[in-house]
Amino acid sequence: MAQSHAHDDHAHGDHHEEGWFLKYFWSTDHKMIAKQYLLTGMALGVIGAYFAYVFRMQLAFPNKPVPGYGLVTGSDYNALVTNHGAIMIFWVAMPVLIAAFGNFLIPLMVGCDDMVFPRLNRLSYQIFLISAIVLVSSFFVEGGAFGGAWTAYPPLSAKAEYNLTPLGPTLWLAAVALEFVAFLLGGINFVTTAMNSRAPGMRALDLPMAVWMIVIASILFMCSVGPLIAGAVMLMFDQTIGTGFFDPDRGGDPVLWQHLFWFFGHPEVYVVLLPPLGFVAEIITTFSRKRLFAYKTVLYTTIGTGILSFFVWAHHQFIAGVDPRMSNVFSVTTVLISIPIAELCFVYIATLYAGSISFRVPMLWALAFIAEFLVGGVTGIFLGASGADIYFHDTYFVVAHFHYTFFPIAIIGTFAGVTYWYPKMFGRHMDETLGKIHFWVTIAGFNGIFIPLFILGAAGDHRRIFDYSNFPELASPELQAMRVFATVSLLVMLAVQPLFAWNFFRNMWKGKVAEANPWNANTLEWQCPSPPPHGNFNPMPEVYRGPYEYSQPGRADDFWPQNSPT
Amino acid sequence: MAAAGAIPRPVRGAPIIESEVVAMVIVVFCEVMFFAGFLSGFSLIGARAPAGWWPPPGDPALPVAATGGASLALLISGVAVFWAGRRLDADRAGALRLLWGAVAFATAFLAYQVFEFVRLVSIGFTMVSSAHGGFFYTIVGAHALHAVIAVAVLSWAVRRLSAGDLRPPAFTAVRMYWYFVVGLWPAIYTVVYL
Repeated sequence: MAQSHAHDDHAHGDHHEEGWFLKYFWSTDHKMIAKQYLLTGMALGVIGAYFAYVFRMQLAFPNKPVPGYGLVTGSDYNALVTNHGAIMIFWVAMPVLIAAFGNFLIPLMVGCDDMVFPRLNRLSYQIFLISAIVLVSSFFVEGGAFGGAWTAYPPLSAKAEYNLTPLGPTLWLAAVALEFVAFLLGGINFVTTAMNSRAPGMRALDLPMAVWMIVIASILFMCSVGPLIAGAVMLMFDQTIGTGFFDPDRGGDPVLWQHLFWFFGHPEVYVVLLPPLGFVAEIITTFSRKRLFAYKTVLYTTIGTGILSFFVWAHHQFIAGVDPRMSNVFSVTTVLISIPIAELCFVYIATLYAGSISFRVPMLWALAFIAEFLVGGVTGIFLGASGADIYFHDTYFVVAHFHYTFFPIAIIGTFAGVTYWYPKMFGRHMDETLGKIHFWVTIAGFNGIFIPLFILGAAGDHRRIFDYSNFPELASPELQAMRVFATVSLLVMLAVQPLFAWNFFRNMWKGKVAEANPWNANTLEWQCPSPPPHGNFNPMPEVYRGPYEYSQPGRADDFWPQNSPT
Repeated sequence: MAAAGAIPRPVRGAPIIESEVVAMVIVVFCEVMFFAGFLSGFSLIGARAPAGWWPPPGDPALPVAATGGASLALLISGVAVFWAGRRLDADRAGALRLLWGAVAFATAFLAYQVFEFVRLVSIGFTMVSSAHGGFFYTIVGAHALHAVIAVAVLSWAVRRLSAGDLRPPAFTAVRMYWYFVVGLWPAIYTVVYL
């Protein structure tokens, strides 16, 4: 059904040449929508990185004009930090990891010609683009962009007399709400396509892990986002017409927002974590020529993690005045959730064991993902324990911790996915040497930024201060030296990113032409031409086995494509 | 998946759940969570208020009985859609009449709500008069908005059905959305009015 449906929507059998606008802006082709999402997400990533550069410069060299920006005021700083967080999570991690790769990979990996609802898919990107424009526009309105942190706690976010930005918070909320609508539309496609459009012979347990992870992430997103949209409606009413949902004076409760936000906010971590975990599964199996260790365990562990992720949200609120007895419950669930995640890391390491490993660029990123995310996970245990969190809360320890989770997710995961699927997306190879230089400098820079922040946080460095000179205990030369080290590491890391941009854009046209299956991988996307034509496969594939049948005894090749009958 | 070898696998069967239905399950689930956010917030704030302060003493009593009566109209529309779904194959004309009846009953429910909102606002109970007022209009209004969408979608579906131009799974999806709007109302009525 789904198949015929997709055929009806756009006659791809007789491929007709479309106009420039129809091809690049009005396409219903999942691969074009994926590229739209990828490039928009990367463009916003540049904006988010620029914000980080500006406020890190302010922290290291307070009250000196920042090259390329100028003098950073307190409200500038707040707006930059707030929107750095919001952009990196909602407009970089989500569109790139879920929307771009979900769109590109799911139809190719399940062996069909397009998404089940292609026009819904096009609408999804268009709404996303509008949301990004609304967000960026908030920097150019009266009072400037919202500066109340990406968590938008009321009353700061609710009342203009507190935040001094009369329009910024409302535009910010509208942008977030639009973005969520876009991802709901996209998620409907991901789940439906993986369920109903699989190639003949492909069972649910023959799906590559990347598809499973994106589908589970979409389901988590859909389960968690409703209460936040409800909260956003209430907050918007508080901002615009003066209701009292979060105003204790009039019977409201500001902590209610925190519950609604974090009920979404914590599962959101897993929403963006799962897709790169899926990419890593594809990459490490391909580059170690081994079957994924314990496929079903990975799957069920992931589902279990997803369910458990709905019962940990209040660990963000330990010092927000929640009942300490409730904090104990959430401490237990929080520490519990490290078990399945640790299990996934062990499974991936077990996959590597005795494999025939080749350190190609995607493999380096995948291994770095496991290593760096592990640091983020281990430091999370300190924060999950409610007693330790009383000390660590709102220090740079927290900042370092969540960057050790989000940087591997949003940045390392993206680079892993892009470098691995680039030959399929564009039909050309990226340069390995440039890729390796970019990898090592990025990883060194990243650790150089955030290891000092762990130490700063443990020393009690509060995270919501834009100029430490007013805080003599925190402005000591030792602590300031670490801030400078972190900022210099950021500069080094940012300095090498143009190398990636060069490698990425130049090789779209100049790179070595890629064959259909350059990595000798099994999954279906590698069994169609690079780049896949409109309609993807000709003939449509049929599936005979699971996705990870590498190094099977008795076969001449060390891989065994899913669609190969023999 | 181990050692599957070259054994030919069966060709693709019919999907267990049609795509339109899957999509609507997802939409309805999101909507349920959306309203769960509102209702849990409403209950939480009510539970945390000091005794006798919720609903706030100055707020007028909500019209429990009259709204209960109007709720019947919405429930009847749900039953009508259910029966129309059952009888569509056997008695198409009768089923279409039932569906138009459902649209009429739901419209009556919405008309009552407009009347109720106007009356409550006229006696000074507004979104900004208290957090209670804000919740009342936001939750009931959000439901009414969904009911308007449901009426529009069902009307569209009935016209397509009359023309014989609606795939059965799409009709199933439309009915599911209708049941969601109808089934959600008793929960809202219980939490907000009672």
